[in-house]
Amino acid sequence: MRRLLVGVPFVWLLVLFLVPFGIVLKISLSDIALAIPPYTPTLDLTEGWAGIRDFFSRLDFENYVFLTSDDLYWKAYLSSLQIAVIATICTLLVGFPVAYGMARAPEEWRPALLMLVILPFWTSFLIRVYAWIGILSTEGFLNQFLLWTGIISEPLTILNTNTAVYIGIVYTYLPFMILPIYATLERMDASLLEAAEDLGCSRMQAFWLITVPLARPGVVAGCFLVFIPTLGEFVIPSLLGGSDTLMIGKVLWEEFFNNRDWPVASAVAIILLLILIVPIVLFQRNQQINKEAEQ
Amino acid sequence: MAAAGKENVFAPWKDDAAVPLIRIDQVSKRFGDFTAIDKISLNIYPQEFFALLGPSGCGKTTLMRMLAGFEKPSGGVISIDGQDMVTVPPNKRAVNMMFQSYALFPHLSVWDNIAFGLRRDGLDKDRVAARVEEMLKLVQLGQFARRKPHQISGGQRQRVALARSLAKAPKLLLLDEPLGALDKKLRQETQFELMDIQEKTGTTFVIVTHDQEEAMTVASRVAVMDQGKLIQVETPQVIYEQPNSVYVADFIGDVNLIPGSVSELGGGAALAWAEGKPPLLGQPGASLAKGQNATFAIRPEKIAISAEEPQDRNNRVQGKILEIGYLGNLSTYHVELPEGPVIKCEVGNRSRVERRDFTWEDEVWLSWSDTAGLVLAR
Ligand SMILES: Nc1ncnc2c1ncn2[C@@H]1O[C@H](COP(=O)(O)OP(=O)(O)OP(=O)(O)O)[C@@H](O)[C@H]1O
Ligand SMILES: [Mg+2]
Repeated sequence: MRRLLVGVPFVWLLVLFLVPFGIVLKISLSDIALAIPPYTPTLDLTEGWAGIRDFFSRLDFENYVFLTSDDLYWKAYLSSLQIAVIATICTLLVGFPVAYGMARAPEEWRPALLMLVILPFWTSFLIRVYAWIGILSTEGFLNQFLLWTGIISEPLTILNTNTAVYIGIVYTYLPFMILPIYATLERMDASLLEAAEDLGCSRMQAFWLITVPLARPGVVAGCFLVFIPTLGEFVIPSLLGGSDTLMIGKVLWEEFFNNRDWPVASAVAIILLLILIVPIVLFQRNQQINKEAEQ
Repeated sequence: MAAAGKENVFAPWKDDAAVPLIRIDQVSKRFGDFTAIDKISLNIYPQEFFALLGPSGCGKTTLMRMLAGFEKPSGGVISIDGQDMVTVPPNKRAVNMMFQSYALFPHLSVWDNIAFGLRRDGLDKDRVAARVEEMLKLVQLGQFARRKPHQISGGQRQRVALARSLAKAPKLLLLDEPLGALDKKLRQETQFELMDIQEKTGTTFVIVTHDQEEAMTVASRVAVMDQGKLIQVETPQVIYEQPNSVYVADFIGDVNLIPGSVSELGGGAALAWAEGKPPLLGQPGASLAKGQNATFAIRPEKIAISAEEPQDRNNRVQGKILEIGYLGNLSTYHVELPEGPVIKCEVGNRSRVERRDFTWEDEVWLSWSDTAGLVLAR
C-alpha cells in the first residue's frame, strides 16, 4: 500500500519527465526538413525492422556540432549564466533584509506579511512583467516621477537594457528567495542571540556569527530556487531586455519559432538541461544535508 | 571572614563587613502596567550558591535577565562588584548565563560552542584550546568535543551549556532552571556535580528552580518569591524549620496548617483552634499579637502516632485514620480530626513490620512537642 502511494506519483513524474525528454532528445538528433513536423526522420513502424534500423541510422550529433561552430550559442549560454548569477545575488541582497525584517516583526503581523509576499502570485506573471514596461519605459511612471521631483532632467533609458532584465528577475523571483530564508530565520531560537551577546558578542557580531550561518540553508535554497529558473528565463529578457540582451531562453525561442529549426532548438534545450543538472543536484544535496542536520 | 561567632561556617550575609558581589536595591520591573518585579532588595555574596524559588510567573527569570543585562530595571539599582550596571550591555558584564533552553549554537561543535566566548575575548589560540580542554574535562565530555549539539543527549547538552557559561570564568553565573529537562536520577547526579563545580571554581551561582528539593540540596541560601516580591531569604534549614509565613511553609515541603487565633503569647505561643480543646503550643512567628487570627504549621514528620493517649506531650489530638500511604522508606497517615482538619503524619519504616499495626478507621492519637510547630501570623 505504502509502496503504491509513493510509487504512483513517482512513476507519473518519471513518465512526464522522461517521455518529453526522449522526444526532445530524438528531435535534437534529427535533421531539419520542410515538412510537418519540420524534421526528419520520423519513425514509421509500417516498414517493420528495416524501418526502425533505418530510422536510427539517420540520427546523428550534427546539431550539437553546429552549436559549437557558431559562437552565438556558447556566448548565449555564458551570458545567461552571468545574468542568472548576478540576478541571484541581487535577489539575495534584496530578499535577505526583507526576510529578516519579517522574522523579527511582531508575531501577529507575520501572517499578513507572508500574505503580502505571496500576493503577486494572484495575478498573471505576464501581466506583471508588462506592468514593468509601463513603469520603466522612457515615458513610464518611474521617469515621470524622477523628472517631477527634479532628480533628473533627461528621462533614463532603462527599458530594453540588461538593467530592466535584472529588475524584472529580482521582482519576479523575490518570493522564492524570501520564503526559504524567512523559514530558517523564523525557526531560529531568539535565545541564541542572547547567548551570543552574553558570551561577549556585540549585536553586529552576533548577527554575523549566529544569524547568518543559521540562515545559510535558507539562503542556499533560495539562491537555487532563483538561479535555476532564471538561467532558462525567456519572457523577461524578451519583454524587458534589449536587442543586446543575450539569453539562451530567447535563443531557444527564436530557433523554434522564428527559424523553425526544431532540431537545433532541441539541441540547445538539451545542453541547457545538462547545465542545469549541476545546480539541481547541488540543490538536492543541500536539502538532504539540512534534513539530516534537523534529524 | 569570621561569621558571627561561628568558625568555618560560610555565612557572609551575617557578616556586616562582608562585601556583596551583587547589590539589588529597590529594583522593580514593569511590563506595561504589569509589575513583574516589585521593589526587591537583595545582596548576594561572593561564592554563594543562591537559589530563587517560586511559582511559575513570579518573576524569577525576569530578575535573572536583569542581572544578565537583557532587561533594564524600571526602577532601582543593580550593581555587580561595586559597579552600577544600568548602562552596561550584556556583552560587557562579567556575568554569564546558562539558558533554560541551553541555547547551544546548533551550527558549531561542542568544542566551538565552549570556545565561543573565549574567542570573543581575543584570547590566542593556545590559551583558548587549553581552556576548552579544561572545561571539557570538568564536565567529562572529552570524547564528544567534535560532535554537534544535536548529536549528543539532553544531559550532555546541558553539561555543554554549563561548560560554555563557565569557560570565561565569570564572577557570576546565572542558571535558569538548568536541570528542568533532566530525569530525576540524572538531575540528582547533576545537582551534586554543580555543587562540586561551584566549589572547585569558586564562582558565585544564582540558580532558578521550580523544584524546592533541588533548591534545598544545592543552595547556601534560598529566596522564596511570590508575585514579584521576596517573601523570605534564608538558608535552606531556616526556610524549612522557621518559615516566616504560611506561604513559605506551604511552598517548601509538606506542612499541616490549622487555623485558629492566638490565645497566649510569651516564650511560646498558644493557638486556640477548636471549642473546648486545649490550645496548640508552638514557636511564635514574627509580628504576632494576642487575639489575632493565625495559623499553626506543623511538618508531618514531626508528628508521632500512637494508639494510646500520650501523657508526656501537651500537643495531642485524636482522630480517625482516613488514608494510609506506604512509600517504602516511610508511611504516611491522613488522620481526620472530629473538629474538621485532616492531619498528615509521616513515620519512618525502620523495620519491616514496625508501625504497620494501624489500619483504616482506627482511632489514633497524634502528638508533637511544644517546639515542633510554628504559629504564623500570615
Ligand atoms: N517581555 C514581557 N512582556 C510582558 N510580560 C512579561 C514579559 N516577560 C515576562 N513577563 C511577565 O512577567 C511575569 C514574570 O515572568 P518570569 O518569566 O520572570 O516568570 P518566572 O518566575 O521565570 O516563571 P517560570 O517559572 O514559569 O519560568 C510573568 O507574569 C510574565 O507573564
Ligand atoms: Mg522562568
